[in-house]
Amino acid sequence: MEAVNLLSSNRYTEKQIGYLFISVLVNSNSELIRLINNAIKNDLASRNPTFMGLALHCIANVGSREMAEAFAGEIPKILVAGDTMDSVKQSAALCLLRLYRTSPDFVPMGDWTSRVVHLLNDQHLGVVTAATSLITTLAQKNPEEFKTSVSLAVSRLSRIVTSASTDLQDYTYYFVPAPWLSVKLLRLLQCYPPPEDAAVRGRLTECLETILNKAQEPPKSKKVQHSNAKNAVLFEAISLIIHHDSEPNLLVRACNQLGQFLQHRETNLRYLALESMCTLASSEFSHEAVKTHIETVINALKTERDVSVRQRAVDLLYAMCDRSNAQQIVAEMLNYLETADYSIREEIVLKVAILAEKYAVDYTWYVDTILNLIRIAGDYVSEEVWYRVIQIVINRDDVQGYAAKTVFEALQAPACHENLVKVGGYILGEFGNLIAGDPRSSPLIQFNLLHSKFHLCSVPTRALLLSTYIKFVNLFPEIKTTIQDVLRSDSQLKNADVELQQRAVEYLRLSTIASTDILATVLEEMPPFPERESSILAKLKKKKGPGTVTDLEEIKKERNSDVNGGTESTPVNASTVSTPSPSADLLGLGAAPLTSAAPPPSSTGSLLVDVFSDSASVVAPLAPGSEDNFASPDLASSEVVSEEPADTVHDADELIHKFVCKNNGVLFENQLLQIGLKSEFRQNLGRMFIFYGNKTSTQFLNFTPTLICSDELQSSLNLQTKPVDPTVDGGAQVQQVVNIECISDFMEAPILNIQFRYGGTFQNISVKLPITLNKFFQPTEMASQDFFQRWKQLSNPQQEMQNIFKAKHPMDTEITKAKIIGFGSALLEEVDPNPANFVGAGIIHTKTTQIGCLLRLEPNLQAQMYRLTLRTSKETVSQRLCELLSEQF
Amino acid sequence: MIRFILLFSRQGKLRLQKWYITLPDRERKKITREIVQIVLARSQKMSSFVNWKDLKLVYKRYASLYFCCAIEDQDNELLTLEVVHRYVELLDRYFGNVCELDIIFNFEKAYFILDEFIMGGEIQETSKKSAVKAIEDSDMLQETMEEYMNKPAF
Repeated sequence: MEAVNLLSSNRYTEKQIGYLFISVLVNSNSELIRLINNAIKNDLASRNPTFMGLALHCIANVGSREMAEAFAGEIPKILVAGDTMDSVKQSAALCLLRLYRTSPDFVPMGDWTSRVVHLLNDQHLGVVTAATSLITTLAQKNPEEFKTSVSLAVSRLSRIVTSASTDLQDYTYYFVPAPWLSVKLLRLLQCYPPPEDAAVRGRLTECLETILNKAQEPPKSKKVQHSNAKNAVLFEAISLIIHHDSEPNLLVRACNQLGQFLQHRETNLRYLALESMCTLASSEFSHEAVKTHIETVINALKTERDVSVRQRAVDLLYAMCDRSNAQQIVAEMLNYLETADYSIREEIVLKVAILAEKYAVDYTWYVDTILNLIRIAGDYVSEEVWYRVIQIVINRDDVQGYAAKTVFEALQAPACHENLVKVGGYILGEFGNLIAGDPRSSPLIQFNLLHSKFHLCSVPTRALLLSTYIKFVNLFPEIKTTIQDVLRSDSQLKNADVELQQRAVEYLRLSTIASTDILATVLEEMPPFPERESSILAKLKKKKGPGTVTDLEEIKKERNSDVNGGTESTPVNASTVSTPSPSADLLGLGAAPLTSAAPPPSSTGSLLVDVFSDSASVVAPLAPGSEDNFASPDLASSEVVSEEPADTVHDADELIHKFVCKNNGVLFENQLLQIGLKSEFRQNLGRMFIFYGNKTSTQFLNFTPTLICSDELQSSLNLQTKPVDPTVDGGAQVQQVVNIECISDFMEAPILNIQFRYGGTFQNISVKLPITLNKFFQPTEMASQDFFQRWKQLSNPQQEMQNIFKAKHPMDTEITKAKIIGFGSALLEEVDPNPANFVGAGIIHTKTTQIGCLLRLEPNLQAQMYRLTLRTSKETVSQRLCELLSEQF
Repeated sequence: MIRFILLFSRQGKLRLQKWYITLPDRERKKITREIVQIVLARSQKMSSFVNWKDLKLVYKRYASLYFCCAIEDQDNELLTLEVVHRYVELLDRYFGNVCELDIIFNFEKAYFILDEFIMGGEIQETSKKSAVKAIEDSDMLQETMEEYMNKPAF
């Protein structure tokens, strides 16, 4: 209330403080807002320029919808009134712009618009500058209404460009005439196509030429401000030239100018030149001109010291690539990849993959390039990339033999990347026969080569290799027994991983029971993939557009392929409809979801069923790949839930805290259900066994546990699980295994949602699954000296997190020690000078990084308080660990 | 349009912030922390531009202070550098050889000068004379008012 009184004061100081107060503290308290608005209205009507200025500033600073509603009608009047002071006009224009941005619906277009356009002719350059900003934004939304501004802007621009540097007095900035206004006018012109009127068009071309000419003149001042302002105008002019894309002459001149900047000693200019050349490369008129600078750009890639500049160079190479220079550019990019910064490697990998595919004249080159890519930067080769190679190889008969030979040779290397093993396994499985004639790559040698890599690979790759083996059984009957021996070995048949075990059992069975004919049908070569847009391109687009909403469908499919053990070679692409060949389905390589949805129509399909009629479980778990509970949150939204909302959500954090320092125990219990947990973690991997015990004597039906990760969590934590049997008998217990991979550090915990039907009522239970960051701790022992040295290294304020809290449990030294060890860190004795304090150290392992953590806990027995300090190399980690550990004492 | 302007010291202490978009306080803090980290980590030889999310950061260091503007994709980077420079010139003109302490102790003046220069994320007055004059005018008004107010009342 006081503030409103101040507002209505006639004294400047009081008014100013009042305005300051409400711009900071205003909220939508309706009573006050009305009074404030009244005061502002009075000031706007006051004709005192200082007061009007204050009021306009206030409106612009708050910029809320309420403000827009109240004043959007008023301000245009002030703006175009003949007797308004210049400074007020400037404020009014920008204030209106601000309101238009937040709530365009409240700003009515009307006859004021044409008068605003005429402000471009105003005497006062400050007014013109402000008005141009307003018009540019308005014209983007209503191009028709502001069409007349084009010719006015051109004539204004031409007057500025041709003026002597002293003409504009105070609006000349370091010898550059009105740079801000010029840039704004050029931006305004970029809202429109090239002017139709020949005279206007000629005048504009003249302006642009003058600007380009000026760039060649010797600088009028050595100051960086002069060159910055001058070049700012130049770059904006080039943007306009590119936007119009109609004057070949100007485009080529622009390109040459940028070419000069490429070797300028200012990093900023090199950066911008690379950036605008990128857009220039896409114009048909200047593409060739851009290409002449290829050597310079490649050189920049090699010598630039700034990552972001190198990144621009990569972008430009990508943009200027065509059939004529693809080989050179791809080779250079591969070269660069070996030393590239980790942050941009994945993007470069995608770009190389796309260019190699797009401009491949000969596909052997393509295969070579991709294999090189995997060799150089295997970790950054995403699934899409190697899926794509396989698609292309399968679709093109002419490279199959070559591909088989090349991967075979590449696999000879003593250490090769897992992705190479995947590609190699797949290709040899399909086309190994093409090179089997050569005694150096006989079937047995091929098999032994692949099998020598087997034990070093992760589960998904091993699963894929098993599929390769069964394909070998078909391709090379002579090594059938060797393969059967491998499948029969305990390490396969009794493998702890269900997927591997299942595959081994099934394939072994298949190879023993089925006749050669059936084998040949079932294990036929993969049919060609339908032609489609490269999924890599989609991935690159996704990477480029930060904060874009990812298609829900896509996420779902992505999860799907995760669950299937990564062997599903169908790329993540919404339009994926490959020919549903039952044989492909069997291997889990092709279109699993399709065949599971409808009964297999072809005769081979029935054959398949015959083979497995004695082991029904074989087909069942493979088929519902798409129905997998983890992948289908849509189950939760089915009508069952909505009609019977017997919801109980037990996601309180206590549950989490209970499990922070231990791995096993009862997670949840009510009169129906008990959930027990048993888990083990090593480095960034973990496995959790969830036991669901039915405490009643009645069956649970439709029993579906689902793991729900928020989007944020999904990118940092990878969970894989299998569906459980939908019925749980009374008194019985079922078990579910969750494989956990920590990609990067995370804050929240995944949610386990369980739905089932018990005696006619629908039960829905949600609990947080206690997978917390500290589980990926590895203890580190270190001496006192090392500890303090590291402690000091982590002295950045963001790296430290401290919490002082009251003890919730009795302060027992031994229990505290046990808890710190249970938390995952090493307990360091004799480090802290005060023996009562506890000190710990460890490393958090994630797939992407390892984070060193130090902790110190200082108990205060009198006050029954603790002070906990955490220092880690990553702010979010410090924060999360501190949160978790604080709850334990 | 300039989305926001941050001034911070080499030690990462925020000295002045101006937001031309509406964001909750928590979000602002998060953004600030992130940007300060990015900018401080860059060496002097690097370019003054950083792509950050869908925005471009343009920064420049004056003595111990970093001036950082976040601009939109189609905005002109070089000119934004000059916006910063002009603002420093204005501060310099007003304070007479401005230093970090001036901004710490007279932060309200620094804000007023910025308001006079930029409004709603767009340049309002590019002429140094006019901007300085506007600020001096309001100072005059304020001083006379203060003098007036400080006179003992009878």
